[in-house]
Amino acid sequence: MPDLHEMKETILKYVINEYAEEDDDVTFDTPLISGGLVDSFSMVSLKRFLEVKYKISIPDDKATPEVFDNVNKIAALVKDYL
Amino acid sequence: MANIGSYENHLKNFNWSIAEKELGYLDGDVINIGWYCSDRICQLGKSEKTALIWEGKGDHEVKKFTYNDIRVLSNTIGAYLRGLGIHDGDRVCLFMDKVPELYIGLLGILKIGAIAQPLFSAFGDESLFVRLENAGTRAIITQRKHASKIQKILDRLPNLEYIIVVDDEGKKTLKDKEIVFHLDKAERVEKFDIFPTKAESGSILHYTSGTTGQPKGVKHVHYSLISQYLTAKWVLDLQDDDIYWCTADPGWVTGTSYGIIGAWALGVTQCVLDSGFSAEAWYRFIEKYRVTMWYSAPTAIRSLMKAGDEIVKKFDLSSLRHIASVGEPLNAEAVVWSQRMFGKPFYDTYWQTETGSIMISNFPGMKVKPGSMGLPFPGLTAAILDPDSFEPIYAVNKPGLIAFRHDWPARMRTYWNNEETFQKKFKNGWYLTGDRSTIDKDGYYWFIGRDDDVINTGGHLVSPFEVESALLEHPAVAESAVVSKPDDINMEVVKAFVTLHAGYEANDEMELDIMNFIRKKLSPLAMPQEIEWMDKLPKTRSGKIMRRVLHAKEWGEDIGDISTLEND
Repeated sequence: MPDLHEMKETILKYVINEYAEEDDDVTFDTPLISGGLVDSFSMVSLKRFLEVKYKISIPDDKATPEVFDNVNKIAALVKDYL
Repeated sequence: MANIGSYENHLKNFNWSIAEKELGYLDGDVINIGWYCSDRICQLGKSEKTALIWEGKGDHEVKKFTYNDIRVLSNTIGAYLRGLGIHDGDRVCLFMDKVPELYIGLLGILKIGAIAQPLFSAFGDESLFVRLENAGTRAIITQRKHASKIQKILDRLPNLEYIIVVDDEGKKTLKDKEIVFHLDKAERVEKFDIFPTKAESGSILHYTSGTTGQPKGVKHVHYSLISQYLTAKWVLDLQDDDIYWCTADPGWVTGTSYGIIGAWALGVTQCVLDSGFSAEAWYRFIEKYRVTMWYSAPTAIRSLMKAGDEIVKKFDLSSLRHIASVGEPLNAEAVVWSQRMFGKPFYDTYWQTETGSIMISNFPGMKVKPGSMGLPFPGLTAAILDPDSFEPIYAVNKPGLIAFRHDWPARMRTYWNNEETFQKKFKNGWYLTGDRSTIDKDGYYWFIGRDDDVINTGGHLVSPFEVESALLEHPAVAESAVVSKPDDINMEVVKAFVTLHAGYEANDEMELDIMNFIRKKLSPLAMPQEIEWMDKLPKTRSGKIMRRVLHAKEWGEDIGDISTLEND
């Protein structure tokens, strides 16, 4: 099982590379969905990244905007499905 | 008492001059939306009334503007643009999040007689390019974080002279054509010579997608104010003491017609939340600002429903007086749910980028039929047309094409640089919406769907052609077909059927790569939410991809005649 901190770093790096615009300051706690950084459409690609990267399957009903709202929460969700 | 009073009486006695008189406009006069939305309200004695309450990401960032502020600040932006040599008829793009500069900037552009071209800030560089190129845009007002997308395409946009960055902090060297303008630091322009636009002068250029070809620039004119003012008053029922929240982004027509023009022409206080969606944040916003009129979209409403009933009870939403919806059909369940949770139904409204203002709606004070689009606005001649003869269908509950007899003030005047396609929108004197519905025995319209392949996802139209074209630019993709698939929240989402070139493997990594490719190139809306790998696509014997076969499969519909389907 991947180390939790390492997992957070990996997810954070992906979010910054894929979704952040220039000058966006993104940390583990930055609100992604409610903050407007990742919209509900893009959330589908983020979910798919997690599934591909960690070889897991996240049920659609568990992939809510609340659970995806920051890197800390996302990492906790992924951990549940490893 | 609702503003509209008796709908039936208005049907008998309607004339758009009702709005003209209220606005003090006489045929042939100067009419400038920028002036009507700021200077006129000040002249009515409301200079110190709050026009805009803006909240940024995190509720600690709040800005308030009076009507005098937006009058002076729109003058300031207008003067700045004029100083750059921008003049009447020029296209000036607004490419920003929902920041105050977007709202006030639109008025500033209109005040110099230029045409405002608001574009959704989540657009990728290719989506941005085709719209800026088509419009021949001279200047673009943006934020630092979005400027890099413009730089990527700048060498292909010879008409673009200025990239005006409104929030540059001086940390980086300015790039080609970039200039900095800070609205809060600029010298305020109290008196301004507003350009004397007339009824048919161009005002706003919104882009919308069709089945084929590139996005079309829908040209509106200053006279659209007449429809937007009266529909905001009668349908949205905006009243002087309202706190109004239109959740739409001005990158889309709702965000300008009712998120700026309708509200400010009526001198109403409106609030804006420049943030992403979360049920808790939205309910908190309504509670905090005591929102009385809330105009939102079915996708958001269904997302709120999904968040559950318990969360609603945590907030005091008793300020809500009237609530309405726009974008795609509002399902009956959502109307029933809102009645249960808020004590009032969402009033569905129907219109399009091309119509410029609300055309069919449920009216305040009248019975709402859950799931129905409602009744035509007084003064409009609406009908359901036979798709072959384009003649009205008078039979009850028989499907046909939704159409309107022109003319109404907010009707689009053309598609920018595409008069031929514009003319095709009219048959036998009817404007064809491209949507289908039935009419019941009481005259209420009931939406069925599109009459073409355009995908309505979350209330935004996506062209399958545009997505297919972009897919083909991915190195692995050999062929593609794009259709809608049903979705509980967004009504429809984009699905792609793809064949790959030899040497590429169809797997989850490839799917993610293609999804992200489209998201960045076009927009998150256009990103396929699902990709299905195919060995070959269904085609006619002449080689044309049969999109309808794939669409029928997704929707569980009858495939229909497949006699032209190519055999193995």
